[in-house]
Amino acid sequence: MWKPRPEDNRPTVNPPQPSQPSAPPVAASAPAVVAQPKETPKPVVESRADVGHIGKSVVIRGELTGNEDLYLDGEIEGTVNLRDHKLVIGPNGKIKATITARDLVLHGRVEGNIHASERVELKRSCSLHGDVSTQRIAIEDGAYFKGAIDIKEHKETRTESRKPMAAVAGGLSNGGSSSVGSGPTLSASSGTQGSFLEPK
Amino acid sequence: MSSGQNFARWFRGAAPAPAQPLERARTAPRISRRCIGLGEFTHDLRGSEEHKPCVLDMGPTSPANITFLADRSLRIYNEDILRAARDPSFLARQEDGSQRIDADKFFAENVAYPQNHFDAILFWDVADYLPEEVVRPLVDRMHAILRPKGSLLAFFHSKDAGLDSPYCRYHIVKPDTLELEPEPGPRLQRIFNNRHIENLFLDFGSRKFFLGRDNIREVLVVR
Repeated sequence: MWKPRPEDNRPTVNPPQPSQPSAPPVAASAPAVVAQPKETPKPVVESRADVGHIGKSVVIRGELTGNEDLYLDGEIEGTVNLRDHKLVIGPNGKIKATITARDLVLHGRVEGNIHASERVELKRSCSLHGDVSTQRIAIEDGAYFKGAIDIKEHKETRTESRKPMAAVAGGLSNGGSSSVGSGPTLSASSGTQGSFLEPK
Repeated sequence: MSSGQNFARWFRGAAPAPAQPLERARTAPRISRRCIGLGEFTHDLRGSEEHKPCVLDMGPTSPANITFLADRSLRIYNEDILRAARDPSFLARQEDGSQRIDADKFFAENVAYPQNHFDAILFWDVADYLPEEVVRPLVDRMHAILRPKGSLLAFFHSKDAGLDSPYCRYHIVKPDTLELEPEPGPRLQRIFNNRHIENLFLDFGSRKFFLGRDNIREVLVVR
């Protein structure tokens, strides 16, 4: 019958870290315990560092170009070019510019054309006056839009999703539907007459 | 008189339906409505990746409409003309002290498209709610921007609808089905009868009327 040896009763210890090969066991385990909670928020800090931020008091006139994602809450007049990156325009953002980006999320106001290679999201608080060219667009109920929408079908994604998407995000006040014939209409008092009796 | 008798009288058209306050419309749910005119309007309206017909939606921005039209490979234009008409910056004081929309200024900034640009226009019931000075010039403008044989779908309330008829946003859910979403604010400005409508679209090639049971006439106009 196999009997456990005394050394087998010892709790299993993590294999030594390759980065700390020469450190004594006690010294290595102590920082490992302390470091664990610090390591979890690290990706968040890193991802925040990847997003540029322009605050609401900033006013820029000219050309804005970048190679990182950008949160824009200020005023810009000119052009914005973030070709392969995501642009978020905050609720205080006032943009008079042609915008080129990979993805665009719009909470504020834009006057100008938008070219997004992948996706555009128009949030309920937004106002967009310009043309949109994108593969996919999501519009929340309440968003104001004046312009043209051109849905480009990307050849690489054609096999994955054939249909362009213009989705409705939440917040729709779609209550129970009822057929028109079942409910009475409003009062039948006579209205004022239109003034188009005579031909031009 | 019992409520059943009231309803029977209203149903026969002998009595007006009881007026509902506008407040009620604010919380009203969407109403589903079969729309034969829309069915005819959308029947042949389909594009391809190579050729995308242009459609102008003159109602408030509707995600449902954009989804529906985009799925048909159409190029969608959206212009909420009623909202634009309520912009006080277009108002000009008249000699009599009243304020009216300056049509020249208004049309310099709105519905400004090249001639024959659109294959179809969704006009909805906007004409019933627009100020009078804008209606005729707007129809003339639509005639100019709609290509020959292009179609236009308009709705008009009949006189039984009443001036308290709530303004509705129209959402296309199927090729022949709409959802009506009552919205507070705009009030019916006038009631067009059939002759008014004929005269309004006199320059267009044809007009086809569909009368619904809900006091709305659908008119399919072809240039």
